[in-house]
Amino acid sequence: MGHSERDLNEHPVALVDKKILVKEFLSVLSTESVKYETEDLTPFECDGLSAYPQIPMIAVLPENEEQVCQVMKICHQYKVPIVFRGAGTGLSGGAIPYDQGVLLVLSKLKSITHIDPIGRYAVVQPGVRNAAISEATKMYKLYYAPDPSSQIACSIGGNVAENSGGVHCLKYGLTVNNILKVRFVTIEGEIVEIGSEGLDSPGYDLLALLTGSEGLLGVLTEVTVKLLPTPEKAQAIMASFDDVEKAGRAVADIIEAGIIPAGLEMMDKKAINAVEQFIGAGYPMDAEAMLLCESDGSSEEVESEIQKTIEVLYRAGATEITVSTDEAHRLKLWAGRKSAFPAVGRVLPDYFCMDGTIPRKTLPNVLKRIAEMEDEFQLQCANVFHAGDGNLHPLIMFDANEGDQLQRAEKYGAAILELCVEVGGTITGEHGVGIEKINQMCVQFDNQEIQTFLNLKQAFDPEGRLNPGKAIPTLNRCAEFGHMHVHRGEERFPDIPRF
Amino acid sequence: MSTNETVIAEFRERIIGAKKQSACIRIRGGGSKDFHGVSLEGDLLETKDFTGITEYEPTELVLTARSGTPLRDIEHTLNENNQMLPFDPPHMGLEATFGGCIASGFSGPRRSSQGAVRDFVLGARILNSDAVDLQFGGKVMKNVAGFDVSRLLTGSFGTLGLILESSVKVLPKPEMERTLFFELDHESALAKMNALAGTPIPLSSTYFNGNQLAVRLSGSEIGVTAAHKKIGGELGEVPSFWTSVKEQTHPFFKAEGCLYRLSVNPTAPMDRYSDALIEWNGSTRWIWNNGTLSDHQKFASQYGGYATIYRGNQSGDPINSMAPALKMLQRKIKNSLDPDGIFGKKRLFTEF
Repeated sequence: MGHSERDLNEHPVALVDKKILVKEFLSVLSTESVKYETEDLTPFECDGLSAYPQIPMIAVLPENEEQVCQVMKICHQYKVPIVFRGAGTGLSGGAIPYDQGVLLVLSKLKSITHIDPIGRYAVVQPGVRNAAISEATKMYKLYYAPDPSSQIACSIGGNVAENSGGVHCLKYGLTVNNILKVRFVTIEGEIVEIGSEGLDSPGYDLLALLTGSEGLLGVLTEVTVKLLPTPEKAQAIMASFDDVEKAGRAVADIIEAGIIPAGLEMMDKKAINAVEQFIGAGYPMDAEAMLLCESDGSSEEVESEIQKTIEVLYRAGATEITVSTDEAHRLKLWAGRKSAFPAVGRVLPDYFCMDGTIPRKTLPNVLKRIAEMEDEFQLQCANVFHAGDGNLHPLIMFDANEGDQLQRAEKYGAAILELCVEVGGTITGEHGVGIEKINQMCVQFDNQEIQTFLNLKQAFDPEGRLNPGKAIPTLNRCAEFGHMHVHRGEERFPDIPRF
Repeated sequence: MSTNETVIAEFRERIIGAKKQSACIRIRGGGSKDFHGVSLEGDLLETKDFTGITEYEPTELVLTARSGTPLRDIEHTLNENNQMLPFDPPHMGLEATFGGCIASGFSGPRRSSQGAVRDFVLGARILNSDAVDLQFGGKVMKNVAGFDVSRLLTGSFGTLGLILESSVKVLPKPEMERTLFFELDHESALAKMNALAGTPIPLSSTYFNGNQLAVRLSGSEIGVTAAHKKIGGELGEVPSFWTSVKEQTHPFFKAEGCLYRLSVNPTAPMDRYSDALIEWNGSTRWIWNNGTLSDHQKFASQYGGYATIYRGNQSGDPINSMAPALKMLQRKIKNSLDPDGIFGKKRLFTEF
């Protein structure tokens, strides 16, 4: 017998009085760890995606794993939906609270439990900031490689839940490639450890399944991350181009020459200008596109790779090349790229950051079509691009207080994601689906594929109470969305929870 | 219908038939990894007629191929473009297929620096237990839409579905390689492996057995030369050495009986296993006979890992040393993708 066409209820309801639940939580947590008054809950109303704020019924901030288990057991007993939250920097709305549920905030679990400099790993709690790991291991000349742009604020628990990348993941991989082991608490309140201190473990690869599962399968309480030796030297090249297509081709040429740079980023003219006006990183305001390309390794390796890369870049038509002269200069070049989102945010009050990945060869065509859509939707879009990985971040700028700009921005975003799927790519490279891209899941996957995801979800969470309404759409939602999709031009976000 | 469509139609018929009769199917590529696992039950379904690289553009660093494609053909094509499968997969026989490489999840000596098969798998097309054609992941480098089913299938030994095609990330071959040998006792060798792995040098593989530590550097000519100067060691001219470690044709592996594999903290002490062959900077240790599985499992779990039987399995079940909650989840995963248990019964676990 096959699986029935079940539909995990997208909007489960807590069948318990709020007062009873608060009392239960107060029996295991301190008073300041249980928030239930509206004014105390407001700070948690959204994550990095601010367009859809929502107040949870109750927010709890456990201080240790034991308390996390107790909270989970209480929620299990009363069948209460749960949403997990780390630092709240996620861009796809994965940590937006659920009105009929509990928000479990992990920010108090923030110790680095153990560093093994010889075995090259660190054991950390989920609330530890990404950048704090490398800061703590610096004295051993070791570091944690994944470096999402929000690394000074985002926490490792969220990184695992989203499988975060960063500007160095072409060479060093995503979160999934850089963690060894996690401890998580199941919906029943049981602790499970997956992975090992070795490089693998027997059975099915649950570590891969948990990574990027967007809080749908369980809650992390501990992560063992791999540490790498800090490269002796890193140097960055900034190359200007008078044509986006030439810059795109230069990326392919670098790869073809057998070079895998530590980072390979592209920005278009709008992004360059926004950044330059924001922090003055020394970017070329007159260029149509620029590449930032980093080499790391021993001094000898860096020197030879930089030389080789410069030759390739000039051959590909770079109009101007700057090589970082020292560490401060290198960091300044990167500071521009890493502040691209806030820089764009200064141009207009709001922006949507999209996150599609495309085969690199389709870049010129995709950028052209994104530019054409500016006219269609009457909005501006700047592009930053993890060029080495084919991961595109179009930043759609709008003002939510101006007429129907928010609605147009949503439609523009949806059209970009569908374009990514059309050219053989995906709707999310590193930011996750959350609520933002849940309808586009129905574009990328058919019903049977989504049913497979729902079956896997059911293995961990049979009643669909962990992060309801996120990441994996119900088949009903896809049926509705599919219908809307056929009639192009109609409202394409009919049932995104507006809260 | 093209030949490939015919083959898929046959696969589907087999799966539907098995489901109807509550029978079990054993998926096999070249059979080169038949030595591994708990048992070989079920009617053979062979993928070796389903071949061909369907997409490969060197500058995209992505290769997609059908599961029956001989692994040597894939490596040959990559080699012509100066690229490689970074996880260095062991073939364990001339017949090894790409699908078997993904389904076994076995990685070679470069794994410690580059990553395992699962680190490079980008997407998969499968027939599920209802014979439905499904695609997960993608042909692009980064993709976090939906659960990571293609990584879950990696190393599942055909027990969750029939892999039709896989996409993997590939990398350029290193410009230069050098293997350096050091004569050391086991404790010093282990310490040196860990120290080198924590040093910023282009280290790609490590090996220790007897009193010989071998270290492979891979990278740019200038980088490898500089690292050699830094770490010393005697330069060896042994082109087939790493292949013999990877393919287990090295004299160490020419024994009879039970070959155990320990995957542990790379600093776990050596004293009990001074005759082991060590790879992956200390985290993988191969041991012949010598003790029982449960002894090894006890040691391994003390050092944060697992012991399994790699070859010569009679009764060993990897799941035995798992915590009950984890064991339960493994079973639930199997049930959610193959509820009737038609794929590879008891290949991975004694119970299912």
